[in-house]
Amino acid sequence: MPAPTTRPSTRATTPLAVREQSAWQLSGSVELRPEPFGALAYDFDTRRLSFLKSPALVAVVRALSGCSSVAEALDSTEVPDAQRPAYLAALHDLATGGLIKERAS
Amino acid sequence: MTLAPERPVAERPQGGRLVDQFEFGLDAPICLTWELTYACNLACLHCLSSSGRRDPDELSTEECKALIDEFERMQIFYVNIGGGEPTVRPDFWELLDYAVDHHVGVKFSTNGFRINEERAAKLAATDYVDVQISLDGATAEVNDAVRGAGTYDAAMRAMANMRAAGMKDFKISVVCTRHNIPQLDEFKAIADTYGAQLRLTRLRPSGRGADVWDDLHPLPEQQRELYDWLIANGDDVLTGDSFFHLSAYGEALPGLNLCGAGRVVCLVDPVGDVYACPFAIHDRFKAGNVRGEGGFDGVWTTSELFLDLRNPQTGGACTKCSAFDSCRGGCMAAKFFTGLPLDGPDPECVKGNAEFLERGEAPGSSQDHSHTGTVRNAPVPLALGPTRTSRPASACDESPLVTGRPWESDRDTV
Repeated sequence: MPAPTTRPSTRATTPLAVREQSAWQLSGSVELRPEPFGALAYDFDTRRLSFLKSPALVAVVRALSGCSSVAEALDSTEVPDAQRPAYLAALHDLATGGLIKERAS
Repeated sequence: MTLAPERPVAERPQGGRLVDQFEFGLDAPICLTWELTYACNLACLHCLSSSGRRDPDELSTEECKALIDEFERMQIFYVNIGGGEPTVRPDFWELLDYAVDHHVGVKFSTNGFRINEERAAKLAATDYVDVQISLDGATAEVNDAVRGAGTYDAAMRAMANMRAAGMKDFKISVVCTRHNIPQLDEFKAIADTYGAQLRLTRLRPSGRGADVWDDLHPLPEQQRELYDWLIANGDDVLTGDSFFHLSAYGEALPGLNLCGAGRVVCLVDPVGDVYACPFAIHDRFKAGNVRGEGGFDGVWTTSELFLDLRNPQTGGACTKCSAFDSCRGGCMAAKFFTGLPLDGPDPECVKGNAEFLERGEAPGSSQDHSHTGTVRNAPVPLALGPTRTSRPASACDESPLVTGRPWESDRDTV
C-alpha cells in the first residue's frame, strides 16, 4: 500500500463533478475574450489566463448563466449527444480551475 | 515590407495546438509592453531601448488614458509597463490607478529607487498591480557593473520595503549574462528571502545591448548550465518564454516556445510607436503609431508588418534542422541586431549553426535617447572591452511572451 501523501494536490480544491442537472455560471472575476480559435479566459483574481480552444465550447460557457442547468445549455447550443461527455469533461476542467462556479438553479 | 519572402500566405488551421494558432496571431495581444518614457535615472549598459532622456513628443497624460480606454475595449487584460524608468513620469501613479480602475492590470518594471516605504504600502494595497525589480547581479559587484553604482543597494531597499509592506510574489527580474549565470542559486536565495518570484530573461543585442553583447552574452557552456538549471527549477522560476532557443537542447522549457512578435506580443513606445516586440525597437519592426487614425487597434489588426509576421515561417536554413520544432529558429530581434538573416539560426543557436555564418553589418539603433552628458552613477564595466559608458539605463527587459505563465493553464478542452 502506498504511503499516504501529505502534500495536498494543487488541483483538488474543487473536486466537484459538473453534473448535467446542476446550474453553473462564469465566475465573477473571469472575463472571456473572443479569438479565432475560441476565447481567452482571464481571471482577474488569480491573474491566470486560460484558453478555450473551440468556439462551440465558448458558446456553451456563455449560455450557462441563462440556463437552469448544464443540460439546457448543451441543448440550447445544439451540442450533439455523442459529444456531451467531452463537453462535460471540459466544463469540469474549467470548474477545477475556478473559471466557472456552481449556482442555485 | 516583407521580412521573410519565403512565407506564403497560409490559412489558419481549425483546432489543433495553441502554438499553431498563435502563429497566425490573435485579435489583440496577450503580452503588451508599454514603455511610458525614455527618461531614466540610470544608464545601464544593456538597455534595450537606449533610454536616458525624455522625448519631448511622449504621450500626454490624456493620450495615455485614451490608450488605456482602448486597451479596455480590446480586452487587453494586463500590460507590462516599463521604460526608461516609468516611475520618473510625474503622472505614473495616476496612470497606474487609471489602468486598474479600467480593468487593465499592470505589471511594471522598475529599478526600485522610488519604491519607498509609503509607495510599497500603497502597492501592496492595490489589486491587479505587480512589481518587477530589475537586478542583474546577486552581488553589488556584478550588478553595479552593468546597472551603475548604488543600484544593487537601491533594489535591495525596494525589496525590503515591499516585504515589510506585505507585498507578495513581486518579481525579481534578472537579465542573464556571463557574469551572473554562476550566481543563479544566489538569485533564487534572494528571491526566497524576500518572498519574491525569480524571473530570468535573455540578454538581447538590442538598443545599447548591441554594444555589450559580445562581452556579456552567455558563453556556450553557460547556455547549457542555464538550461539545466531552468529544467531543474521548473515552475519555481519564471522566464516569460525568454529562452525558447535553448529548447533545442532536448526537453522543451515551460512555455510556448514561439516567437510571439506581432502575433501575441507587441510594444508601444513612449511616443506611441508600435513595434513587433520589446526587443525590436527599430524602424524595420515599426508597425505604426497609436496617434494614427485607427488608433492602436488599427495598427494591431491591419499593419502590413504584423500581417506578414502572422504567416508561419516555411523557408530558410532552420526548417531543415532536427531541432526546428523545438526552437523555431530562435529570436528574430537577436538575429536582426547581430546582422544575421531572419530565417536562419539564432546567434546563440545551441547547435552551433550560427558560428560560421557570414554576418551582415549590424543595423544599429534607429533611435537613441541615451544620456549625452556625465551620469552620476554610470556603470563601470567588469573587465570589459571598450563600451559606451555615459549611458542611461532602464528596467526595461520585458519578455517576448506573457507575464507569469498563462501557458501553464492551457486547458486542452474540446
